[in-house]
Amino acid sequence: MSNVKTEKSVREPLFHIAKRGGLPLWKGILIRFIAIFAGLLVCGIFVTVAADGKKGFFDVFASLFSGAFGTERRRWLLLQDTALLLGVSLALVPAFKMKFWNLGGNGQILMGCLTSTMCMFYLGGKLPDPVVWLIMTVSAIAAGALWAVIPALFKAFFRTNESLFTLMMNYIAFHLVCFFISYWYPKGTGTMTPLEAGVLPDLFGNKYLLTLFVVVLLTVFMFAYLRFSKHGYELSVVGESENTARYIGVNVKGVIIRTLLLSGAICGIVGLLISGSINHAVGSNYDNNMGFTAIMAAWLGKFDPLIIVLTSFFITFLTRGMGQVRTDFGFTSEALSSVIIGIIYFCVIACEFFISYQIKFNGEHKKTKKPKKNRFEETVKRDFAEEFKMAKEENFEENKEEK
Amino acid sequence: MKKVLALGVAALMAVGAVATLASCGESEEKLKVGLITLHDKQSTYDKNFIEAMETACANKDVELVLKTGIGEDSTCYDAAADLADNGCKLVFADSFGHEKFMIQAAKEFTDVEFCHATGTHSKTEGVANFHNAFASIYEGRYLAGVVGGMKLVEMYNAGKILDSNKTEEGAIKIGYVGAYTYAEVVSGYTAWYLGVQSVLKDAGLSAYMDVTFTGSWYDEKAEREAANTLISRGCALISQHADSMGAPSACETAGVPNVSYNGSTASQCPNTFLVSSKINWVPYFEYIIDCVKAGKKIETDWTGTIETGSVQLTELGKNVAEGTAEKLEAVKADLKSGKIQVFDTANFTVKGEKVLTYLADVQDMGDYKGETEAIKTANGITYFAESSDRSAPYFDLQIDGINLLNTEF
Repeated sequence: MSNVKTEKSVREPLFHIAKRGGLPLWKGILIRFIAIFAGLLVCGIFVTVAADGKKGFFDVFASLFSGAFGTERRRWLLLQDTALLLGVSLALVPAFKMKFWNLGGNGQILMGCLTSTMCMFYLGGKLPDPVVWLIMTVSAIAAGALWAVIPALFKAFFRTNESLFTLMMNYIAFHLVCFFISYWYPKGTGTMTPLEAGVLPDLFGNKYLLTLFVVVLLTVFMFAYLRFSKHGYELSVVGESENTARYIGVNVKGVIIRTLLLSGAICGIVGLLISGSINHAVGSNYDNNMGFTAIMAAWLGKFDPLIIVLTSFFITFLTRGMGQVRTDFGFTSEALSSVIIGIIYFCVIACEFFISYQIKFNGEHKKTKKPKKNRFEETVKRDFAEEFKMAKEENFEENKEEK
Repeated sequence: MKKVLALGVAALMAVGAVATLASCGESEEKLKVGLITLHDKQSTYDKNFIEAMETACANKDVELVLKTGIGEDSTCYDAAADLADNGCKLVFADSFGHEKFMIQAAKEFTDVEFCHATGTHSKTEGVANFHNAFASIYEGRYLAGVVGGMKLVEMYNAGKILDSNKTEEGAIKIGYVGAYTYAEVVSGYTAWYLGVQSVLKDAGLSAYMDVTFTGSWYDEKAEREAANTLISRGCALISQHADSMGAPSACETAGVPNVSYNGSTASQCPNTFLVSSKINWVPYFEYIIDCVKAGKKIETDWTGTIETGSVQLTELGKNVAEGTAEKLEAVKADLKSGKIQVFDTANFTVKGEKVLTYLADVQDMGDYKGETEAIKTANGITYFAESSDRSAPYFDLQIDGINLLNTEF
């Protein structure tokens, strides 16, 4: 009798969560597609309701795709924006793999933008263009790297918190840009006129190709760096455990500094492209908040440069497509499209949870209790939580039998 | 895994292509008009443009294609070109920083008309299908200043102006939140100050104005902070030239009367809202739509006035001083007839001296050097002729009685 009471008092919750092991590849992909599909479905319903009958459910998707792929210009812009986001994600990957939370992407991009614009402003037309390009490239890389390495030095030597530090560096970069614009254009409105001298050249007469080309090179480089180089291995060891790294003889401080130099340098290159090739100017919002958006692209891409190509493409597709939905549906507020993009992200991120974990209902395994002889094999496969419960239950039943 | 994902993306692209082709089938007879705005309806500035364009398009039976949130960078060119790609025959952009990108698009799409508010380059750039427009909003600011001045006199008579609201010389402190130290803002706050001053002078009082800049057209937090700074400095009346609800809501909280811009804030700030001056863009939008429909040339540089219905005041707030409406009508009539001029040189001094001559930077070559004589005489009044040689404001004198707290923007 007393045992029955005990069972009641420790009644299990309805379900518990267990980590999945070895989910087949196709299943993972299927789950992701279902999530994207579900997100789009919700988005379609949301927009249709908000549009009060002016346009239908399928128009949402027509607009979404037309915004991304509708004209040649839109396709190029989609590629360009994807490339920029991908570039920033690639910059963040080594830092994040090392568990260095570089939230300073925006600032590092802006510093790249600012220094390359300074080169065009002061040197353009005075030196031959190729010389200006060279100086621009070097200074943009140096500025981006500097902006990342300052927090890295403090982290390596004084163990300061890198998240706050890199965020603060963003503000400094932002205000430096504001300062220089108002210095150059004292009676303006914080914007600058695009420069003509010293701007980066078009590749094969196409103004989008240079950006794409540089980012493709960066992708290949980053893939090889992480996969095949000693540096790539070292930074992942530091990310897993600094003590292990120290034990096997890795110079942890050196790795932190070296990796952040690389991370900042790539952000600087993105800044160089934004200012030198695309805008020919600098503005305080030229980072387009990619320093943060790229974190999502990188994380969803599991820090694998090749998967990040897809995630940045998807994020850019959504952003550009939703812009068109807003236009076609005559929405006068950006809030709605931001909410919808948020819902889709939510579905995609939530699905990652279901790929890594599974929900088990606690009633089930009582019915499907396996014969005792397989017990050892079974428990090895199961996670600790489940094993613990199983053992407890079996123990309980054995006790009952004995009685 | 990557292969499958790539296949998936390819499939998505294919669906996209089909969807696009399907949407191409519709044949649109209506004229398409594109509108590019810097922010969305959350910003009072952009809201004013969006609503005016909606009205004009409905009145003229044309289709509006709206692109909100377009930054002052190459995305503006991309948006303008995209509108032209998709059949818009008329494209309008609303922010000063959009101008060079609109010119870039105008040079490329010569069969599309590009119009731009607040810009300065249409006359000097010589691109036939690029046009500027603005309104003599300084007259509206002056009128709004009159409303503010009446309120101050009422407060003074009721003993509500404390010593902390006065300077050592006894002038009543007022405040202004500006975005940038840019001619449009300078012209606006000076006109407003002169409007306030005109009423105070008749009552034997004077005003002293603190101006602070936020460095952004839309930064709610910075504008609220700026307004709070002004209030803590003792300003008894506040106005602003920035587009968020920051300053008006700070005034409502502190109970300081506020004069708004670009639209009434009466619903959010019922107790402190006095009046708002605004540019009504409907007349201009209808004019350019008519021009494009009839194939007529659009004026290179168009200035709206009280006469064209472009310069307006909203309804008065519930707490304005008695007799404000009558006074406003009288001043408005005088402005229309030319009996008074906003920038009458008899009413202001620069460094203690009257302004007899001033070369304004009307032709914006980026050198900040004035080349056009702006001081003119008409009806026996010598005045600074704002917006007569170019629609966008060019009054940038720092007159006495106005104190700039910060000028880094």
